[in-house]
Amino acid sequence: MTNIAKYIFRFILFVLVQEFILDKVPPIHQYVVPYLYFLFILWLPFSINRFGLMIAAFFTGIAIDYFSGTPGLHAAPCVLIAYLRPFILNLLIPQETTEQSYVEPSIQSMGMGAYAFYIVFFTFIHHTYLVFIEWLQFGNLSYFFSKVGVTTAVSILLIFGTELLFYRKAKYRTNAA
Amino acid sequence: MKNIFIFIRIYFNFISFVILQICCILILNKYSKTHEVYFAGITNEMVGKVNKKYDNVYSYLNLQKVNKQLAEENAHLRDSLKSSSIYVSSKIDSTAIIIPDSASLPKRKYAFLFARVVGNNITSQVNILTLERGRLQGVYKGMGVIGPQGIVGEVIEVSDNYSRVMSLLHRKSSVSAMLKRDKNSGTIEWDGVSPEYVILKNIPKSAKIFKGDTVVTSNYSSIYPSNIMIGTVQAIRKDNSSNFFTLKVKTSTNFSSLEFVYTIQNMRYNEQHSLEDIKLKLND
Repeated sequence: MTNIAKYIFRFILFVLVQEFILDKVPPIHQYVVPYLYFLFILWLPFSINRFGLMIAAFFTGIAIDYFSGTPGLHAAPCVLIAYLRPFILNLLIPQETTEQSYVEPSIQSMGMGAYAFYIVFFTFIHHTYLVFIEWLQFGNLSYFFSKVGVTTAVSILLIFGTELLFYRKAKYRTNAA
Repeated sequence: MKNIFIFIRIYFNFISFVILQICCILILNKYSKTHEVYFAGITNEMVGKVNKKYDNVYSYLNLQKVNKQLAEENAHLRDSLKSSSIYVSSKIDSTAIIIPDSASLPKRKYAFLFARVVGNNITSQVNILTLERGRLQGVYKGMGVIGPQGIVGEVIEVSDNYSRVMSLLHRKSSVSAMLKRDKNSGTIEWDGVSPEYVILKNIPKSAKIFKGDTVVTSNYSSIYPSNIMIGTVQAIRKDNSSNFFTLKVKTSTNFSSLEFVYTIQNMRYNEQHSLEDIKLKLND
């Protein structure tokens, strides 16, 4: 049960940080938008089932959406990365050892290279889809490409900082949990 | 039948993914078109409450700025009071003593309702404000919103105690505006680049424009009273392919420090709109 409480707490924290800190940062440029909230989805445990993961992602996105007044805009990319996550994880981690011994994706549980790929890949997918939806409503091609590039870079930088600041102890999975 | 169940079981994840995606797109579509969602009322209340908590803390940091804004506005209003000007006339007007007939009194067209801003965003491409005043306090969809320094936006969503405002800094906002000096009118839009500048389009090239010209709301707008400050012309872009200027306008409202605004009720909104709709039908 403590695990569920932990994830709920983490969910609230991510949404509040995104909405009341990152979205309030004075804009340096129209392309520079710091996104961090989707890290919540990437940090969910290995063991969560795929449907649950997608539902969790949907609510993460919708929570952000209602604060920023754009329902559906963030939820769609969240559901997409939640759907793709198990495929990529299966490719990146050796099935029989890691998945069974660690709780959630981290540098320790996956290794630096695999984890970096995991983060960069999903950040890119998330932002591409997000900006694509925005682009359908307004903007031009250069808006699309530059914004995807710049936001992805900013997000990766933020995630790197978060990993350094908030060290997550890589817990082994036990039978009790 | 059995095969269908097997199919669903095998592709359960993919199907749920597709369904969720469709949900997202539908919500987004419906929202951007009509600015209405089925459960908008509930979420609006909740988001409004959280925003208010945050704003209670944040507003202390802004007190000085807000005080100054309000004081300036007060001074401006005092300036425009009739009692602060002198009427120099040697003739004594005897008709002024007689109480005028109520039918000839000027009718009030706009009513101003005061509201506190509890949620404000300027960093995204679709910026929305949350006001702590809703349906129960007389706000309805389509009201104009002005701040102490100039116009702010338009109400797009109302719940019982909160309302959401599409700020001028929204990619879909469009406000009818004119140059104060020669009354040439155009449209104010936002290009998403900087929260300090908006774009004034469709000013004919015959107009003489100088840097620093004042841009105000036009007489054609049904949601704003005319001659409300929008901003000043900062740069003039000449587009050789068209007959119109594109002007970069610095907004007079400082969107990052909005604390108090007024929602504007146009008493004749319905009347004007029903008339304008009839005209459209005739054109078809």
